[in-house]
Amino acid sequence: MSMNPLLRRRYRLDETPVPFVLNGVAETGRRGDTVLTAILSVSGSLRQSEFTGEKRAGFCLIGACQDCYVMMADGRRVRACSTALLPGMAFITDVGAMAEIGHE
Amino acid sequence: MTRRLSVDVAIIGGGLVGSSAALAMRKAGLSVALIDKGYCGAQASGVNYGGVRRQGRPPEQLPLSQRAHRIWSQLGAMIGMEAEYVRSGHLKLARTEKDFAKLEAYAETVRNYGLGLELVAGSALSKRFPWLSAQAVGASLCPEDGHANPRLVAPAFARTAERAGATVLELTPVRAVAATGSGFAILAGDDIEIRCRQLVNSAGAWSDHFAAQFGEPAPLTRIYPSMVVTEPLPLRLPMSMGEQGGSFYGRQVARGNYVMGGGRGLPLADPDFSRPSVKAASSVMQRAIALFPHLADAQVIRFWSGTEAEMPDGNPVIGPSETTSGLFHAFGFCGAGFQTAPAVGEVLAELVTLGRTTTPIQAFSIGRFRKVAVETAASL
Amino acid sequence: MSEPLSPVVVGAGPAGIRAAERLVRAGLRPIVLDEGQRAGGQIYRRPLVEDGRSYRGRYGSEAGKAQRLHQAFEALLPQIDYRPETLVWNISHSERGNQLDILSAGVHRQVDFSHLILCTGATDRVLPFPGWTVPGAYTLGASQTALKAQGCTVGDRVVFMGSGPLLYLVAWQYMRAGARVQAVLDTAPLASKRHLLALAVHAPRIVALGVFYGLQLQLAGVKIRYGVRPEAVLGTSQVEGLRYRRRTPAGEVVESIACDALAYGFALRAETQLADLAGCRFHFDERDRVWLPERDVLGRTSRPDVYIAGDGSGIAGADAAEISGELAAMALLEDAGRASADVARLVAARNRILRQRDILEQAFPFPADWFETVPAETTLCRCEEITVAEVRRTIASGSITEINRLKALSRVGMGRCQGRMCSAGAAELLSGACGVTADKVGRLRAQAPVKPIPLNFGGGKPEAWS
Repeated sequence: MSMNPLLRRRYRLDETPVPFVLNGVAETGRRGDTVLTAILSVSGSLRQSEFTGEKRAGFCLIGACQDCYVMMADGRRVRACSTALLPGMAFITDVGAMAEIGHE
Repeated sequence: MTRRLSVDVAIIGGGLVGSSAALAMRKAGLSVALIDKGYCGAQASGVNYGGVRRQGRPPEQLPLSQRAHRIWSQLGAMIGMEAEYVRSGHLKLARTEKDFAKLEAYAETVRNYGLGLELVAGSALSKRFPWLSAQAVGASLCPEDGHANPRLVAPAFARTAERAGATVLELTPVRAVAATGSGFAILAGDDIEIRCRQLVNSAGAWSDHFAAQFGEPAPLTRIYPSMVVTEPLPLRLPMSMGEQGGSFYGRQVARGNYVMGGGRGLPLADPDFSRPSVKAASSVMQRAIALFPHLADAQVIRFWSGTEAEMPDGNPVIGPSETTSGLFHAFGFCGAGFQTAPAVGEVLAELVTLGRTTTPIQAFSIGRFRKVAVETAASL
Repeated sequence: MSEPLSPVVVGAGPAGIRAAERLVRAGLRPIVLDEGQRAGGQIYRRPLVEDGRSYRGRYGSEAGKAQRLHQAFEALLPQIDYRPETLVWNISHSERGNQLDILSAGVHRQVDFSHLILCTGATDRVLPFPGWTVPGAYTLGASQTALKAQGCTVGDRVVFMGSGPLLYLVAWQYMRAGARVQAVLDTAPLASKRHLLALAVHAPRIVALGVFYGLQLQLAGVKIRYGVRPEAVLGTSQVEGLRYRRRTPAGEVVESIACDALAYGFALRAETQLADLAGCRFHFDERDRVWLPERDVLGRTSRPDVYIAGDGSGIAGADAAEISGELAAMALLEDAGRASADVARLVAARNRILRQRDILEQAFPFPADWFETVPAETTLCRCEEITVAEVRRTIASGSITEINRLKALSRVGMGRCQGRMCSAGAAELLSGACGVTADKVGRLRAQAPVKPIPLNFGGGKPEAWS
């Protein structure tokens, strides 16, 4: 199911692009983005909750609620709201989407 | 206004020992008051690791431990909840040949107690436990040992005892207790007077205070566990783990958190409270990664500590007072009372009703410390 | 000559910066530890890179204050030991002295201190309702942070809900940034706004700004509603709308509004975990319905070596935070025998602000009746995913009257956020169930680590501070 991006950029529209990978697909963020901004500017969630599998997309954006942990392709997890986006970072926010890519 | 209560048995201390004793005594038809200065099961019974483990106990504890093992199998029916109890197996690793020899020797010593230990060594280890990535020479498995949620078990025993008719008095510190000749008189809480024929001292790390009031020395020291909990992670560790010759222990709960401990926490200025020590927690975290490399990217979300009581010889005190008729002690479980406690409750119920128990408890007599005290005095 | 001092300031927001500045003025070189990438705190938070906006564009009416604070900090930099992106996750006092456990770039270190000034700030106070975990539902503060620091809005068609002056400000800022503000849903009744008249006498600027934002929103056709209680977020994988009730003269009506994001909150909640770990005594604050570290007018806590300032010592806003940061540093210097200064003017200024906050709280009251209508299946604890029904059941079956006991038996507050997002709700729910006031159910004790730390945090021995 495709979801709308949750965040709308209002400034830094012409800032230097920063390439990253989301669920196996090449995407582009901007210099100065947090991981949360980069991902939610192109998609609708960051992770699934552990116990009910609900989609989550962060909540407080200041490092308090701990709801925006994102899995990186190398197994590490980062708190998306307080981690700066770096070129080449790869994230998995939807395990199902990754599995589909794997089957193709 | 004074509240007055008269019961057959008063129990000071609503940990798992006191709570299960209250339930067992209600089943035997006795009237019971269970008294706790705070909440039932909030101290050692609630803050321990949650291991329901027989493996590694000294032989003198095993009859009691086996009795408890049978009670644990009926936990759900008994207290109305499973409390996350699982017979996952307890696997004790040996890092060196010398440590493995100790595991072999232990298995030989306890061969007749029915623990069903399995020794696995060398290449068989990774075949038998493919999820185990740790470098180990060998291991000893007790297949029917397991773990449970310590925060839930004792409160559930207390609530079950209450529903069965026990008077449960929480937030009710005992202010004074004395023998009256025909029994005991207790002043507790703001204004509660309790009279009872028999008295149980199961006040955990606070038991020495009550034993002393009846002229019985109890060389109890306080110990503080140092626990580390990770965020919930995919299920991978199917057994509760320990180490021969090391202090690390760990398990993964059904919700995915790894619960791990080792070393000791530190008391705060008020020694009723404690904190995990960063040093102990750090070494637990280091050891966890060595044993489970897949945890290298995990986050720790919580430490915890608490207050437990330890006796100098590693065994608890269970049995009648040697100074005061009608008084029974049960305390000092040395951080390992969670598994045995429900059986201790039944033993206490037998002691107050029959004056004897079918489970051997001689090794746990409080008199063993009086003898030591007398000998020490004589040698001076 | 007295002993050398090694003061540490935790937090580089308005309070922390002014505290450090005062210490530097007395000839000291404090260590300043801050979780943020750049100093300024949350209110004067700076973007990671410049985005073309002026101070006016980013901070609006508070631009002057923001700029002065940032400039003050830049000037301090050569004279302080500043460590950004550094989490203080534990405090211990031992025979060896006082120590902070910190985490920076994934590595654990220990820092000794002679004196500590805690300026740990605040987070949004939120309450649960059906759908508050759905992607697109954010705290009010989050919506402002997205705009201020990242130049983004949460969603495009946005509903703002809650209680507090920030509600109207952020809605106005969103409108200015090009978002389509669908509604401002004030949970307080319109009648409560009469208190603003009293405030206008003491703080005409605050009231004028509030009226200005409200009028501009209304002129732009934004729906403003009072006495609102949310029923549910519409949508399950993303916010699609909000259904809510509101009181009208004709009785209660239920309405729905379409939106793709919701921002909500009920003022702020002090971050007090470190004060707790430092061993400070707490008291219950009736106005904010929360436990706060005890403090004197200058910011001394019950511990002789720990001082507290800013919103982390009780919500009073950024202006008061600047003053209280300076006062805490002055108290420290006086206690260490370094200086005694005339604090009367600053204390009076802070007291004026505190009186204004009391009136503001009446104009934007906390919705104390919240749990009377929250459905049982609502998630209360976001981390552990525990529902209101499960918590009510645990309270009843365990005869629970105390919040730490509730945590032990229900897991509420036991997850990654350690109760930051659910403790206000849990306390209200428990006190309601017990039929007592919120102070009677106790205070959720803080535990180290105050935020998650990596298991592999860099070796058995902490690296020495260099």
